Amino acid sequence: MATVSASPIVRSLTSSVIVRVLKLLPWVAVAALPLALPGYEPLATQVFVMILFALSLDLLVGYAGIVTLGHAGLFGMGAYTASILSVHGITDPIVTALCGMMLAAVTGLAFGVAMLRTKGLTLLMLTMASAFLLYEIANKATGLTGGEDGLQGVSFTPLLGLFAFDFRGRTAFFYSLAALFLVFTFVQVLINSPFGWSLRGIRENDARMAAIGCPIMRRRIIIYVIASALAGLAGALQAQTTQFVALHSLSFELSGNILIMLILGGSGRLYGAFVGVPSFMLAQDQLAKQDPANWFLGLGLILIAMVMLAPGGIIGIAERIVHAIKARRRP
Amino acid sequence: MTGTATLETRVLNCSFEANRVITDVNFTLRPGERRALIGPNGAGKTTFLNLLTGRLRPSSGNILLNGEDVTELGEARRIRLGIGRTFQITSLFPKMSVRENVFLAVAECDGIAGNIFRSVLSHRAQLERMDELVHRVGLSDVADVQAQLLPYGRQRLLEIAIALALRPKILLLDEPAAGIPTAESHVILDIIATVPKEIAVLLIDHDMDLVFRFAQQISVLVQGSIFLEGSPAEIAADARVREVYLGDSKHGRPAAA
Repeated sequence: MATVSASPIVRSLTSSVIVRVLKLLPWVAVAALPLALPGYEPLATQVFVMILFALSLDLLVGYAGIVTLGHAGLFGMGAYTASILSVHGITDPIVTALCGMMLAAVTGLAFGVAMLRTKGLTLLMLTMASAFLLYEIANKATGLTGGEDGLQGVSFTPLLGLFAFDFRGRTAFFYSLAALFLVFTFVQVLINSPFGWSLRGIRENDARMAAIGCPIMRRRIIIYVIASALAGLAGALQAQTTQFVALHSLSFELSGNILIMLILGGSGRLYGAFVGVPSFMLAQDQLAKQDPANWFLGLGLILIAMVMLAPGGIIGIAERIVHAIKARRRP
Repeated sequence: MTGTATLETRVLNCSFEANRVITDVNFTLRPGERRALIGPNGAGKTTFLNLLTGRLRPSSGNILLNGEDVTELGEARRIRLGIGRTFQITSLFPKMSVRENVFLAVAECDGIAGNIFRSVLSHRAQLERMDELVHRVGLSDVADVQAQLLPYGRQRLLEIAIALALRPKILLLDEPAAGIPTAESHVILDIIATVPKEIAVLLIDHDMDLVFRFAQQISVLVQGSIFLEGSPAEIAADARVREVYLGDSKHGRPAAA
C-alpha cells in the first residue's frame, strides 16, 4: 500500500528545518558585504533590484509559460509612480513603494485581461505593444514625467523615519536586500503551492488543464497581476535608491535585457534570477572593456550559445552536472 | 459528493462546414451503466464524446445531465458536474511526475488549486488521495518518474488516474486500451472494476474482446448515427455488425458478458 509518508516530497519536510537555516546563510553573507567590500553598496543595490525584477519575470516565463517582452512597462509603472508621488510631496519610501506596486498591478490587470486570451507569438507582440504604449505616454506627458529628460527632484524621507538614504548607499543596500528577501520568500511559497503547481500544469499542457476543470484564464491573469506588482516594486525600489527615473525604465531594451538575464541564469528554476543578473552584468562589464563599441555582439554570441547548448541556463548546466555525478555513483 | 447522473442527448447534430459528423443522435447513459460505443473509423465516436464533454458545441440538439440542459456549459463546468473523460491520444503533463500529474487533478476537483499561500505539503487529504489513486492504477513504483518517461501503456493508466481524480459521476473512456498490448488490456478492465458501481462508464474501443468483456450495453455508431443498440449478445448476433466488425461467424460468437 502506498502511503503518504513514503513519498519523497513529504520526507523532505522533516529535514526542512536544517535546510531552512542553511538556506539563510547566503543571505547573511550578502548582508555582511558592506564590511568586506565597502564602496560597492550602490552596485550591489542595483543587482538586488534587478534580481527582484528578474524573479517577477520568472513567475511568468519560467512557471506560467507566459513569455513577455514588455515587462519593463510594469517596472517603469512602479518607478514613475513612486517618483511622481515624491515630487508631489508624498515621500515615505514604503508608502510610495506600495503605491507603485498597486498601480503596476492595476496596469497588469488591465493589460492581462486584454492580452492573455492569446498565446505564443501573438501574446509576445501584445506584451511588447503594451510596454511601447506606456513608454509613449510617459514620453509625451512631460508635465508629469519630465519626458526625455527624466524626472528631476526625486527624493524620499528616511526609511521608517529612521534611516536616511545616505550618500554611501548603506540604507538603500539593506532596504533593497530586505525587499528582495521578502519577495524571494513569497515566490518560494507561491511556486510550492497548489496554485504554483497549477501554473506549471498550464505551461505544460493548457488544454489538459482546461479538461480537468482549471479556470486557465483566471489563473493566468492572477499570476500576471502578481508579477506586475513585483515588477512595480522593483521599479519603485530603483527610483528610490537612485533618486531618479527616466524613460529607460520603460524601455524595450530593459524588457529584453531582463529576459536575457533570466534565460542566462535559467528560467523556471527560482535561483536562475540570482545567477543570471550578476552574470549578465559581469559579462557586460568585461565585454565592454574588450570592445567598447561592439560589446553587444559578444553578448549576443554568448546568448545564442546558451540557448543552443544549455537551454536551462547556468543553473541548468549545474543541474546536469549534479545529475551526471549522481548517475555515476549509483552503479 | 458522489452522486449518480443520467446523461442524455436529444436529436444531437454536429457538422463541420458541409460535413455532418453527428446526425440526430438520441442517446441515454443511465447511472451505473457499463456501455460501449463502437463503430468504424470516422464514424464520429470521438466527436460524439467531445460533444458530451463540451469540448465541441453541437450545431443543434441538446445535451441533458439529470434532465438539466448543459448544452451551453463549457468543458470546465461540465467537469464540475461530474462528466469525466480520458483522451484517445494521451494528454498528460509530460515534464511533471506521475504524482504531480494526479495532484493537479485532485487539487482542481477539491477546489484548492487556487491556494497561493499554503504549501502543497500541507494539503494532507489531497496528497493521500493522490497516492491512493496512483496505487489504484498500479503506478506506485513510478510515482516520481516524469510522465514523458513512462512507456505508452502506463501513460494510458495515468490518464485514467487523472480522470478518476475528478470524482466523475460519468466516466468517458476514449480508447483506453490503445497502445496497450492486447495481452495486457485486462489491466484496463481491472481498473474499471474498481470504479464505484453507481458511476456510469462509456467506453470507446476497437478491441472487441475488451468491449465484449466490459459492456452490458453496446451502441453502434455508423456515419454519425446510432445504427443499433443492445446487449452484447444482440449486437454479436446482428448480421450487419458481424460483417463490419466481428469478421465471419467462423471465429464463433464473441464471449458475451
